[in-house]
Amino acid sequence: MRSSDVLTADVAVVGAGPAGLAAAGEAAAAGLDVVVVDAGARPGGQYWRHGPGAEGPAPGTHGRGTFSTLRAGLGRHGVRLVCGHQVWQAGRHDDGFVLRLRPVHDFPHDDAVERVSARRLIVCTGGYDRQLPVPGWDLPGVMAAGGAQALLKEYGTVPGQRVVVAGTGPFLVAVAAGLAEAGARVVAVCEANAPVRGWLRRPLAALGEPAKAVEAVRYAAALARHRVPYRTRTAVTRVHGDDSVRAVDLTALDHDGRPREATRTTVPADLVALGWGFTPSLDLLLTLGAATRLDGDGSLVVRVDDGQRTTVPGLYAAGETTGIAGATQAVREGLLSGLAVTADLGRAGRTGDGVDAGPSRSRRAARLRSGVRRGRRFAEALHAACPVPAGWTAWLAGDTVVCRCEEVPFAAVCHAVRELGAEDPRTVKMLARPGMGMCQGRVCGFATALITRHLTGHPSTAEALSAFGKRPLAAPVTLAELAASDDRTAPRTAPWS
Amino acid sequence: MVIGAGAVGAAVAFFASREGLRVAVVDRGPIAGGTSSAGEGNILVSDKEPGPELDLALLAQRVWREDLAEHAALWEFEAKGGLVVGATPPAVAALAGLTRRQRAHGVEVTDVTAGELPAHEPYLALELAGGAHYPQDAQVQPMLVVAHLLRLSRSSGATVTTGAEVTGFLRHGDTVTGVRTTRGDIGAAMVVNAAGPWAGAVSELAGAPVPVLPRRGVVLVTQPLPPLVRHKVYAAEYVGDVASSDAALQTSPVVESTPAGTVLIGSSRERVGFDRTIPPEVPATLARKAVALFPRLASALALRTYFGFRPYCPDHLPVIGPDPRAPGLWHACGHEGAGIGLSVATGKLLAQGMTGRDTELDLTPFAPDRFATAPPVP
Ligand SMILES: Cc1cc2nc3c(=O)[nH]c(=O)nc-3n(C[C@H](O)[C@H](O)[C@H](O)COP(=O)(O)OP(=O)(O)OC[C@H]3O[C@@H](n4cnc5c(N)ncnc54)[C@H](O)[C@@H]3O)c2cc1C
Ligand SMILES: Cc1cc2nc3c(=O)[nH]c(=O)nc-3n(C[C@H](O)[C@H](O)[C@H](O)COP(=O)(O)OP(=O)(O)OC[C@H]3O[C@@H](n4cnc5c(N)ncnc54)[C@H](O)[C@@H]3O)c2cc1C
Repeated sequence: MRSSDVLTADVAVVGAGPAGLAAAGEAAAAGLDVVVVDAGARPGGQYWRHGPGAEGPAPGTHGRGTFSTLRAGLGRHGVRLVCGHQVWQAGRHDDGFVLRLRPVHDFPHDDAVERVSARRLIVCTGGYDRQLPVPGWDLPGVMAAGGAQALLKEYGTVPGQRVVVAGTGPFLVAVAAGLAEAGARVVAVCEANAPVRGWLRRPLAALGEPAKAVEAVRYAAALARHRVPYRTRTAVTRVHGDDSVRAVDLTALDHDGRPREATRTTVPADLVALGWGFTPSLDLLLTLGAATRLDGDGSLVVRVDDGQRTTVPGLYAAGETTGIAGATQAVREGLLSGLAVTADLGRAGRTGDGVDAGPSRSRRAARLRSGVRRGRRFAEALHAACPVPAGWTAWLAGDTVVCRCEEVPFAAVCHAVRELGAEDPRTVKMLARPGMGMCQGRVCGFATALITRHLTGHPSTAEALSAFGKRPLAAPVTLAELAASDDRTAPRTAPWS
Repeated sequence: MVIGAGAVGAAVAFFASREGLRVAVVDRGPIAGGTSSAGEGNILVSDKEPGPELDLALLAQRVWREDLAEHAALWEFEAKGGLVVGATPPAVAALAGLTRRQRAHGVEVTDVTAGELPAHEPYLALELAGGAHYPQDAQVQPMLVVAHLLRLSRSSGATVTTGAEVTGFLRHGDTVTGVRTTRGDIGAAMVVNAAGPWAGAVSELAGAPVPVLPRRGVVLVTQPLPPLVRHKVYAAEYVGDVASSDAALQTSPVVESTPAGTVLIGSSRERVGFDRTIPPEVPATLARKAVALFPRLASALALRTYFGFRPYCPDHLPVIGPDPRAPGLWHACGHEGAGIGLSVATGKLLAQGMTGRDTELDLTPFAPDRFATAPPVP
């Protein structure tokens, strides 16, 4: 193994989104040796995606200045940035953590890094779209709202002419505005809830996040300019098409969130973006044994203290992994984790290149902590305003595919619960196979948990969701790579002895 | 009353309720939430030396294929056969010795020369020295076994209560008269300890200890692949590992494909208590050895690893039968790495015993009090 294959550091950060960049910069500014790993070709995460061919987020991207500042800080403090590498396994040893990496293939590499070893680990792996099945959702032309937004940011293109955006939450408005600005005709934005005086009208500043209010007003203006109809208490209840999307059924929902059949209309469309919020990527944290809790939106998130420490000594988490709360919150949490790791490694009082002395550090930490609390309140209010409608399973048919990888229909999940005695999502997975395939439940896990809840009448506990979501391999890896990852000496006699 | 809704508890419930006994199953977790959902579904005769465990395995063959024939499709029973291979002439010679002893004991097995191996498994490594083919080796999906056996038991009147932990025993003198659970007391004339790797702890609660200990095993799962592996294939060294008492890591994986197209590679054997942190070299070693058997697997993606704790006894035999130290208490535990395959034979034997009949197989080698140390000579 070449020596460059293995990196050693005081602190390893996984994820170079808002949280990871902030964490790395903070720890490095205090003189710690930091390595950041990200699967993406360039730093920035979900929020600061790079435009086509450009370095850095497109002009006009919210918080672009913050990105530039954080990015510059990393350079100044000698943070080693390992992009284009996925962490596929995390392990703990006596004096720290070992990460195993593999290059992401569509990115050219000269120096592949195989392992990172560090005394402390900060996990900032962000989150991804939550999806709910609907008849026809497996047709080409149906996308997750976040996926549509990502395509738009990265390639500047929209893969459709007539678009319907549906689901719940203010993110739909952001996506619709982006699509409309990029030239697509947005036929409807369907919000499943009824946020009558919600983010479109009432300034979100009331909830203590002025930046969000500014964003919301901008999106609302964009929708008005493009005459995009915004319908509340409405959902896409079926997608029509043979080889790809041709039309969608829009149906009003009653107070229990069940479709009111009489209101159903069919509108032509060739792209459907569905967004039901986000859920954190916890693979590495769960494998390392960090304790979890259920967040207000029903997602499993990792438990942290007021320094972003998880229940595992030496392991920190920041950003979406601790609860979906947006980019501003992710930056605060990242900074806070950087301060905590610095204090925990006994570097708190060190001064140097632009480094604060102890007392000002603790004042900053206090300020950040109160910011994090405010951000949390904002997120909670948002989660409370945008639940998944309780009656959503009413739009499923027996043959609606719940798990695409293993082609598990809704009826098979019902059979596992009603006939075979499954009472929790893990047992459903064992008996009916949703989540056993290529995506390991990242796509269908949320829906499987909600369907199980609907059928049994019991919500899933954090424990049950952890058991369901455990993925010791955070990314698929070939058996050859896996075999080569054994650091002990080469085989002694026959390869299987 | 059966403690444990794993494969063994489900099989006991199935056969006991079929005999007309009124059965209640309790489990502290969900059904199939223990070892029975953390292993594989091999039903092997190939890995057993002649002796009581092989007798049990041969009985299990008859139960799976005859008594339960009508349900075989429910749990994906597949009579695919096993292929054991040896890398070197000495390994093949040792294997031939084993097959001779097994054949004399009623096992169906044919020795296979190196030249004949590709006809059995076209993608096997070329440099192997020979092997043996066991047509009786078969496979089931263990979680479906548990769920359907319990479903069938319910239709014969059994009840299944989940989320109820057994915390103590009800007694009348020495006699066990039921259990205390976190969801109330349950009276029963007979209580079966089918608590898998936790059976030792349950037996302690009854004051009639059986030494059941955990032996960790890790399984590696690949992405769905086009047909590549036809049988259950493993290296001859596996048999030695199964029978070994060595605490250190042993890995001689069985490689097999499932109806879903994934290939299962498992599993390792380690005695590390209930430790839930898997050292990275365990899956790495499994991968290396699987690729050594099937070079084409090198480029297959591994999707997942999982692990469980095999319930084992120091003499590597299960505990099956009534406990003379606590009348009313029966054991069905300690099946180690064969509890799925052996579950149905165990259930059938126990149901025979509990209804006062002669058992099809002598239970003496599996007696619960066999571990008692001889009283010191005065
Ligand atoms: C499409 C989209 C649009 C959004 N728009 C807005 C918006 O308009 N306003 C707003 O406030 N918020 C928005 N959000 C939310 C915002 O992006 C997040 O709150 C913020 O990015 C969270 O930061 P983070 O650092 O926690 O995670 P992320 O930014 O998601 O960064 C996580 C990083 O970790 C990397 N990673 C994950 N796992 C691994 C691994 N195993 N190995 C290596 N790298 C790994 C990923 O590649 C990624 O770069 C949006 C989110 C999405 C998904
Ligand atoms: C990696 C691996 C691979 C394996 N491969 C195979 C194979 O290929 N073929 C094969 O035949 N076997 C295999 N095995 C072994 C097999 O899985 C076990 O022998 C079998 O599952 C044991 O079943 P059981 O019902 O005794 O135990 P379990 O399935 O563990 O069930 C015991 C149940 O008891 C419950 N329980 C425990 N304590 C209490 C209490 N106090 N109160 C209430 N309930 C309680 C638990 O919750 C649990 O559900 C493998 C095992 C492992 C780990």
